[in-house]
Amino acid sequence: MYATRARRARPEPFAVHPGIAERLGLPYMDGPMAIAAFALAAFSVFVLAQATVNDVPGDPYYFADRQAIYAVLGLAGMYALARVDYSRFRELRVGIYTFLCVSVALVFVFGFAARGSRRAFELPLFSFQPSELGKVLLVLALAGFVIDGARKGSEVQRTVRYLCLGLAPAALVFLQPDLGTALVFGAITLAVMYVGGVRWTHFAVIGAALVALTAAVLVVAPAIGTPILKGYQEQRLTSFVNPSADPANAGYQQNQAKIAIGSGEVTGRGDRATQTRLDFVPERHTDFIFAVIGERYGFLGAAFVLSLYALLIWRALRTVTLSKNSYGTLVAGGIAAMLLFQVFVNVGMNLGIMPITGIPLPLMSYGGSSVLATLLAVGILQSIHMQARLSQRSRFAW
Amino acid sequence: MSNRLTLRIAVFGGVAVVLFAILFFRLWLIQVIDGDKYLAEAKNNRTRSYRTSAPRGEILDRNGNVLVANRTSLALQVNPRKLPEDPRQRRAELARLADLTHSTLPRVRRLMRKELKLAPAAPVTLRRDVGHFLVYYLKENQARFPGVEVQRVFVRDYPDGTLAAHLLGTVGEVTEEELKEPRYRELQPADEIGQDGVEDTYDRYLRGTPGLTKVQVDALGQPTPNGRLVTQAPVPGDDLKLTIDEKVQVAGEAALAERGLPGAFITMDVHTGEILGLGSFPTFEPASLTPPLTQAQVDETYRNPAAPLADRAISALYPTGSTFKPITAIAALESGHVTLGEVIEDPGVLIIGGQEFKNAGEAANGSVDLVEALEVSSDVFFYTLGWRMWNTGQLQHWAHKLGIGRPTGIDLPGGAEGLLPSQHWRNQLYREGGTDRPWSAGDNVQLATGQGDLQTNPLQMAVAYAALGNGGTIVTPHLGLEVDDAAGRVLKEFESRSRRHVRMDPTYRAAILEGLHDAAQGGRGTAVDVFGGFPIPVAGKTGTAQRTGHEDQSWYGVLAPYPDPRIVTFVTMEEGGFGSESAAPAALKILKAYFAGRLAREASAAGKAGEEGTGG
Repeated sequence: MYATRARRARPEPFAVHPGIAERLGLPYMDGPMAIAAFALAAFSVFVLAQATVNDVPGDPYYFADRQAIYAVLGLAGMYALARVDYSRFRELRVGIYTFLCVSVALVFVFGFAARGSRRAFELPLFSFQPSELGKVLLVLALAGFVIDGARKGSEVQRTVRYLCLGLAPAALVFLQPDLGTALVFGAITLAVMYVGGVRWTHFAVIGAALVALTAAVLVVAPAIGTPILKGYQEQRLTSFVNPSADPANAGYQQNQAKIAIGSGEVTGRGDRATQTRLDFVPERHTDFIFAVIGERYGFLGAAFVLSLYALLIWRALRTVTLSKNSYGTLVAGGIAAMLLFQVFVNVGMNLGIMPITGIPLPLMSYGGSSVLATLLAVGILQSIHMQARLSQRSRFAW
Repeated sequence: MSNRLTLRIAVFGGVAVVLFAILFFRLWLIQVIDGDKYLAEAKNNRTRSYRTSAPRGEILDRNGNVLVANRTSLALQVNPRKLPEDPRQRRAELARLADLTHSTLPRVRRLMRKELKLAPAAPVTLRRDVGHFLVYYLKENQARFPGVEVQRVFVRDYPDGTLAAHLLGTVGEVTEEELKEPRYRELQPADEIGQDGVEDTYDRYLRGTPGLTKVQVDALGQPTPNGRLVTQAPVPGDDLKLTIDEKVQVAGEAALAERGLPGAFITMDVHTGEILGLGSFPTFEPASLTPPLTQAQVDETYRNPAAPLADRAISALYPTGSTFKPITAIAALESGHVTLGEVIEDPGVLIIGGQEFKNAGEAANGSVDLVEALEVSSDVFFYTLGWRMWNTGQLQHWAHKLGIGRPTGIDLPGGAEGLLPSQHWRNQLYREGGTDRPWSAGDNVQLATGQGDLQTNPLQMAVAYAALGNGGTIVTPHLGLEVDDAAGRVLKEFESRSRRHVRMDPTYRAAILEGLHDAAQGGRGTAVDVFGGFPIPVAGKTGTAQRTGHEDQSWYGVLAPYPDPRIVTFVTMEEGGFGSESAAPAALKILKAYFAGRLAREASAAGKAGEEGTGG
């Protein structure tokens, strides 16, 4: 009796007495994706706490503490973004794009130089690197432009327009100079265009142009005396082909990273991980953090981290297919490509199969801008997921 | 969602799967398949090993007097791999260093090139024995001198300067060629080894084991704060005690130096072959031969026409003159070409096949038997013996048995074999066109008196005389007596080994010794002016060798005491004239030093007797 009455009292399964999880929107989020992102951020803090104890005198957990704060801020931002309907960003595309270009350009004026390149603003608490957040902004703006311009001009005109829109901020970043992030911008541009339906033949032409450009930059330009890349950039890009040719410089770093990872064998060396502990591997808390993981925790640890990335990217790709509108599809595709590109290039560089380009490992590498930007990107994915689920629910409800 | 989009997403997913597959495969390859290789590299990476040199053992004489010791010295070294890469900075730094070491830039560069050819991995020593002020200066200005190190090194110290320089030899860095030899297998470039003399022969005892210090370092090569040090202390080399008797050695070298002629001496125990003294003149300072050498030092040692580095006692080759006669005597007696008491007329000249062979000074000695012939050194007597034996090969047979023209087995590198001319040798040479005539009686006549083609040295002659003195045992001359550890405990004794025994009739031997005794101390003896007043009976023979292009070479060989000799001494001096003129007085000084104790006792006994006599 009582039970029947209760059922009758709640004819709609939703909306009347939503539970706490319901209020937080958790059932509509992608659980595995959130878990993967959280696990990676947490593991990053754990690794930094173990591996950088002696790095800052007097403050053994300097990097770990800061990374933990960034992760918490980022997770909060992720949740906040998840609750926002991402479709609004489509309307804001011009503003977002302008903000992106201006912030990246302002670095030239106000930025401070770290190791010869101007990439970040010095803020009271931390330095902010606009190009990191720029990766996400570029996805949001470019996806908007692609949807918006779908019917303007011929196909060739459209392809050229998208390319120009994507490559303008990439060029600014390249001039900072920050080759790695510029490459990520390029990858995002191509991915959004790809998901946006640009013809295969156009990609073939772009591919051919890329090959020609690479050849021109690496071979022809230095030969005629106007090098485009800085010396160290070119050396890093080419030395991975034959790292032992110059073991003291660019190839040295890569060799040491490879030795570090290899020496971890199956189960890792723990605190006896001398390669990464004794400075043989440079930048071990940022670009080469994967080498630290490989040496300390062995194949088991490294494969675990790679699996988390595989999970994250799989869920991102799944979100592409779920999206309720094309804008979401493009945004999710861009973010998935951004993650995939960064993970592959960074881990590949640690493993000696990709050139050293200064691309951080998303969520693992130490750095507030990168962690925040990546978690915000995951937040947008969650938003797409949530909107898709909500629209599905309403479809079934009405 | 359109089909076209689905296809694109599927391709996207496929690319992601492929990329992750590549990463996983690569990770598996590096960590699981090749992991041990990389682990070994990582372990090798984090440590640097420093070798600390071990001091070599000391070299002592038979009574424990130190001949070679060690001292520590501060050496200024340059590690070429740590010098600035920029050629201009490099040049500037080397110029500053040249200034500090009182050298010039070209010389520093030449030195570095030379040293790097010898041992490419090792730091180059620019100067040894740098003062403390220079060390402080370099430490304070270390930034201006990258790659410059001040190293505490052990250097050989020779308390007696040039004493026994030839037999001791020197110490130097092992060369690349030497590293390939099995005896130096455990060494590394820049390790030091004995380069000559007993330093070379007994290197494996003298050389210690270098220490090894392992330090954990970071990527910049800086020792880490908690880097564990694995230390293996250097083990000093063992001490080598020689058979040399310092006072004999000193006396012999002084006697050579006093006369100032190129020459050599050897004093040896006739029963054991233990060498009590062995020297050559002119000599050199072994301490000055440790690189880097100044040009003046190079000129003085290597380009000197007097060849101070040559050990004339063991490696020079000369005819011996009349000191060869006892060998001729035993050969003729044993082969029946002469009998004891057989008298030969010596008119001062012997004519064989129209060729005249004259006595020295054309003196006529009248009728002499073998003993007298030795006493007065009758050339005609021994010419006759040589003539009698000229195609029998007996003279060569006996000289060969006594070790002439053969390796002696001495424990020094660089000994010469020499030449004992024989019928077979000359005829062979003649057939090959090396000479204008075959063997003739004249050749054997020459050999009988130690002339002609004979090529030998004081060492071989001393061995032959020792056999006459001890009754036929051919001893192995040697310098190594025993190896002691740092506390003086004997680790190894080198036994005296005879090489072979030559059977000889004791009466013949006694007759020859009697002749030699008379030659030294008898009424008509050739060296009676020198040895006549020596209270201890000896048996010795003068020699005056003719060398083409040189003045006569002075020889003296003596066994003492007579008639049961304990030691043999041989002295030779190039261009020293008659044997009694230069070599015999030097031999006397050596004997005086050897018998100093006995002489002092006899003198005091005589003094007492005299006092008693005057008192009574």
